[in-house]
Amino acid sequence: MLTRAERRRGIGWGLLSLAGIAFFVGIAVAALLSWDAGNTQSRLFAAYTWRILRFTLLQAVLSTLLSVVFALPVALALARRPRFPGRVWVIRLMALPMGLPVLIGALGLIGIWGRQGVMNSLLLKLGLEQPISVYGLSGILLAHVFFNLPLAARLLLAALERLPAEYWLLSSSLGMKPFSVFRFIEWPAARRVIPGIAGLVFMLCATSFTLVLVLGGGPAATTLEVAIYQSLRFDFDPPRAIALSLLQIGVTALILIAISLFPAPDDAGITAGRATRRFDGRTLPAWLWDVLAILLATIFLILPLASIVGAGVQANLWSLVNSPAFLRATWTSLTIALSAGLLAVLTSLAIIAGRGAISDMKTPGGTAKAFSVSLGGMSSLVLLVPPVVLGTGWFLMLRPFGDVARFAPALVAIINMLMALPFVMRVLAPAVETHRKRTGRLSASLGLSGFSRAWRIDLPVLARPLLTALSFAMALSLGDLGAVALFGSSDLTTLPWLVYSRLSSYRTNDADGLALILGIICLALTMIGTAGRRETNHG
Amino acid sequence: MRSTILSILAAAAAFSLSAPAEAQEKTLTVYTYESFISDWGPGPKMKEAFEKTCACKLNFVGVADGVALLTRLKLEGKGTDADIALGLDTNLISEAKATGLFEPHGLDAAAAKVPGNYSDDTFIPYDYGHFAVVYDTQAIKNPPKSLKELVDGDPAQKIAIEDPRTSTPGLGLLLWVKSVYGDQAPEAWAKLRKRVLTVTPGWSEAYGLFTKGEVPMVFSYTTSPAYHMVEEKTERYQAASFSEGHYIQIEVAGMLKGAKEKDLAKQFLKFMVSPAFQDVIPTTNWMMPAATTSQPLPDAFNNLVQPTKTFLMGSDQVAKNRQAWIDEWLTAMSIN
Repeated sequence: MLTRAERRRGIGWGLLSLAGIAFFVGIAVAALLSWDAGNTQSRLFAAYTWRILRFTLLQAVLSTLLSVVFALPVALALARRPRFPGRVWVIRLMALPMGLPVLIGALGLIGIWGRQGVMNSLLLKLGLEQPISVYGLSGILLAHVFFNLPLAARLLLAALERLPAEYWLLSSSLGMKPFSVFRFIEWPAARRVIPGIAGLVFMLCATSFTLVLVLGGGPAATTLEVAIYQSLRFDFDPPRAIALSLLQIGVTALILIAISLFPAPDDAGITAGRATRRFDGRTLPAWLWDVLAILLATIFLILPLASIVGAGVQANLWSLVNSPAFLRATWTSLTIALSAGLLAVLTSLAIIAGRGAISDMKTPGGTAKAFSVSLGGMSSLVLLVPPVVLGTGWFLMLRPFGDVARFAPALVAIINMLMALPFVMRVLAPAVETHRKRTGRLSASLGLSGFSRAWRIDLPVLARPLLTALSFAMALSLGDLGAVALFGSSDLTTLPWLVYSRLSSYRTNDADGLALILGIICLALTMIGTAGRRETNHG
Repeated sequence: MRSTILSILAAAAAFSLSAPAEAQEKTLTVYTYESFISDWGPGPKMKEAFEKTCACKLNFVGVADGVALLTRLKLEGKGTDADIALGLDTNLISEAKATGLFEPHGLDAAAAKVPGNYSDDTFIPYDYGHFAVVYDTQAIKNPPKSLKELVDGDPAQKIAIEDPRTSTPGLGLLLWVKSVYGDQAPEAWAKLRKRVLTVTPGWSEAYGLFTKGEVPMVFSYTTSPAYHMVEEKTERYQAASFSEGHYIQIEVAGMLKGAKEKDLAKQFLKFMVSPAFQDVIPTTNWMMPAATTSQPLPDAFNNLVQPTKTFLMGSDQVAKNRQAWIDEWLTAMSIN
């Protein structure tokens, strides 16, 4: 129910964001392709490429399955228990892995699951001789579940919490058994978001680099991302890098399309907007099940984080925090993260507006449908364009206009924004769409539009998803090393870069300390993202 | 409107982060790798020492590593701002020369003496290190005494190595094995594979695993123990001396054809092999100095492994065969 002007505006915003993204990616690719490499090696379709492609897909499919399957019970349990002490901290904990540089997360995991880790010492004490080895496919899966289970659980939880309070009233007055609640209420809600979540996790795992190499145990575990990195950084063969990137995007797109073919029933009920209160799950078995799910997930997440904290507190934190290098890096990181986060949220809103305008048409034509699909596709597939390709391409492009160091912060912010876009879309799109459906007609009949509508109708409801999305994006950008590493200038030092730099000059202690501080900053961000959560939990 | 916001944000980010460049009469720009110019690296001290002698400003630009340094120069081409590139290693020299961006220095570089008597008309060595297996004395009582012993040793004692596709130490190990085993290298790798806990993308990841106690051996440098002895006062980590000899990594610097300050650049290259520069190298870059220092090295350096034989393949040979050898390595390491 949009007015004509609103619809036109929505499409305009969508077009603008689509054009912006296409421009940014296109320029980088064009710049690289126009580079005269001279010595292109035609090994692209060698057996090697197929082997790593197969492995990339295998580990990504398995990682995605495990992450989503284990996330579901955790999200269901958290949704069924809207009030228990420490609940908000469990949710905050779930945002932490994403903000950690992967190497730090990997070292934390190894502290628990590694050969000398806590788990193996326990097994040894229990008299089991053979230590379990984390290196190989199992290690990759473990790490991917560690990083992605929390992500999937949070997104699922958000979907479950959007269910109208009336559902729970009704289910309780109908005396529905837990299985019926799952079948008729929870599963349909989860099923609506699972394809999107699975797609996101799949892309993250398919483009995994450091984790796969460190925990993979050997070159048999190699992803296409490694090959792309190698061909651009080590061999400097841009055409090959582009070809491999296209292969990566093409194959992953096929899988995403396959995932999106699963029917996702549209399910946004009309609600009076009353606070959610759950009446089910009061039996002892249900309680035990929920406690078990939440407890296991929390322990799984908290142990590696605890090992990071344990290493971090041994550093001289006080002198670290007071060093000019740290202050500069923190300032740089926060500026970039905030710019990237805000950009990602604004771009997402534009894309959502565009898609909303199309879906509002009574008979959208072929062009409109294609436009809507490309908006959706673009916003998620952009995660697959390797940052190393974007960075190198833009470096070539901007070089004639002066010192690239001057453009670097803006470029890094935009690259981080693109990486965060799919996450932000997953958080915002369902929230905004549900909200529009609930309030669209009412606002139209009240003649509310533009700023007053945004201020009076949208902001109160969407403030929380907006903050969540922003904190998501900022955490992601804070933990990212890839985009910065390309420009590497002394003016542009971020916190993860500082961590790596300390590691590469033997200062492991400092690196541990910095990683701890980075984790604390991410925690602070997620506290912003989960702020205001409590008030909605009053029954 | 969105685009306005975007451009404002981008501009704001750009301006708030880039330090204002001060204009002085003469500036020498040196491209190097990041750890060289970090707080703990040799960069800050070097800058101070050189600026005292040259009445100029020394401007460091740091990228991730030596490979990134060469990539950056290729990307920038003739228009590069660099006067000097410092931090390439001998394996990259052939490729670096092929870019046509470098100019012979025309200096007498006899002061720089490295094992294997490496010398070149374009690049001057400033430090070197022999690759070595570094081990934890608390976990390993009988370290391997040769590469053969490493290859044939107990598979339960693990080592972390670096990937030759993504790192220079990884390439170093590949060339070392090739130098010792020749055509038998694939068989050696197939055996060594059982001892390899994991292959990391770079040195930092492997060394991190090592110092966290996860793995008792790591592929690093003979000089690594010096860091632990000098900075941490511990002799726990030691390098294993291999009877066949050790492969060497020599780090070099060269002057660019497009250098705006050629005299200054030459002055810097001379300074580089003088004691003022060389004194700083051992305890900041943790490599061996390539020329005379004004004082003897700290005691720790006298206790390091002194290789009896040095392996070094010609840069052209490496450039020609690198891909084939990496493929060979991939095959040997991937067989189940």
